Amino acid sequence: MIRFTDVYKRYTNQYEALSGLSFELEKGEMAFLTGHSGAGKSTLLKLIALIERSTHGQVWVNNQNLTRLPKWKVPYYRRKIGLVFQDHNLLHDRTVFDNVALPLIIAGENHREIGRRVRAALDKVNLLGKERNLPIALSGGEQQRVGIARAVVNRPPVLLADEPTGNLDPELSREIMHLFEQFNQVGVTVFIASHDHELISTMPYRQLTLHQGRLA
Amino acid sequence: MLSFNLPNYFLRHLQVMLYSLGQLSRTPVASVMTVLVIGIALALPAGLYVLLKNVEQVAGQWDDASQISLFLKPSTNDARGKQLAEQLLAWPDISAVDYHSAKQSLQEFRELSGLNEILDSLPTNPLPPVIIIKPVETEHEEAIQGLLERLQNMQEVDLAQLDMAWLKRLKTINQTGERGITILAILLSLSVLLVIGNTIRLAILNRQTEIRVIKLVGGTNAFVRRPFLYTGFWYGLFGGTIAWFTLLIALLAINGPISRLTALYDSQFSLQWMLGQMFLSLPLFGLVLGVLGAWLAVGRHLYDIEPT
Repeated sequence: MIRFTDVYKRYTNQYEALSGLSFELEKGEMAFLTGHSGAGKSTLLKLIALIERSTHGQVWVNNQNLTRLPKWKVPYYRRKIGLVFQDHNLLHDRTVFDNVALPLIIAGENHREIGRRVRAALDKVNLLGKERNLPIALSGGEQQRVGIARAVVNRPPVLLADEPTGNLDPELSREIMHLFEQFNQVGVTVFIASHDHELISTMPYRQLTLHQGRLA
Repeated sequence: MLSFNLPNYFLRHLQVMLYSLGQLSRTPVASVMTVLVIGIALALPAGLYVLLKNVEQVAGQWDDASQISLFLKPSTNDARGKQLAEQLLAWPDISAVDYHSAKQSLQEFRELSGLNEILDSLPTNPLPPVIIIKPVETEHEEAIQGLLERLQNMQEVDLAQLDMAWLKRLKTINQTGERGITILAILLSLSVLLVIGNTIRLAILNRQTEIRVIKLVGGTNAFVRRPFLYTGFWYGLFGGTIAWFTLLIALLAINGPISRLTALYDSQFSLQWMLGQMFLSLPLFGLVLGVLGAWLAVGRHLYDIEPT
């Protein structure tokens, strides 16, 4: 599902964030990406989400060569990738419902379908009663769950998360990780960057560890 | 995957249109000020254009009024004058003649000038008999000049005067005015474009976070651009409508004095308001400028905002 072959990412100031990276994630696999902060975890996820492009080497996602994907196709590609962030990236002037509905509105879904799928997504993250609230009225854990609902609402085959539990206490973190497991169980490829060793060592999934831009 | 549903597409546009309108109503003071600036900037050239068209209309009444006044020597008597007029009518380059005896001229002058008492106090009629001549050729300068010379050389003629020079001057003044208004309209349209562009630019900067998030979840540039284009659309449309009302009020204010002025000149002239024409063209022109200004601003700033 996700395949890196000899990928380098160099920034203009000669700083090499990733060097010679090669790995593959199977369809339906769940894996963790670990390493110290600054090891290149975020950069790697950004390459998959096409927020950044590799300097060298090839990145394949869902049988698509991202290196060759023209700029105008990027939005359509991103609709098949669910993204979850440490700071949620919610829109604070819109309700929970509108935040989760955003990817569907962008994709041009009709009104009824949007209502149905937003409620289904909110139901999965256990927030059905809060759809009329503004994000600011929710706790950190709840905001993160809104972010997850938004990431899965258009049923992407790939779900990426960058430090999704970074600001949460251990119990909430476990809850969030359990949510990701549930999505994985229905066939979604899940790739989570995290440095929460204590939590992820208790879970039976592959760990890819980055050290100074290389796989350890 | 890419299903294209036409009613759905228009529905979405309608939604964005109303959403942009809602966004404007959230900041009523700022929106109203922008709309007023646009309205005034559009009303000014529109108003001047209406006035110019009115002047042109007045001038147009005399368009075929290029005539030659043939002032005969005061010693010429009526019989000779009439005879002369008939002779002239036979000329191939003269289409009509009208003989005014000295008495008639005095009567007309009396009526038009209102200088009754002064005229009564004169011992003799100071006015000569006049033949008004309409030349066949009114456009061709040389032909008219030739006719004028031949008339001038006739024995009974004191002075042959072409009553067209002032009309020419008026037309030239009008053309100058038209050119000036065109320049003014271009400059003010440009300023409308800049006002809208700048307002949209601020709106984009205010919503950078939103734009980044939209792009992260797969929003195309067209999707991000759309609400801003509709914002420009509304600004332009409302600005144009305000311009129309401004024009209406200005014309209402100026109509009274103009009526009194034309009454003093005993003229049939009445102000052409052109409001129907302006009611269509002002909002239309405004919204074209609005969308164009928004397009320029969005094109300039939107692509810089990418998720990081």
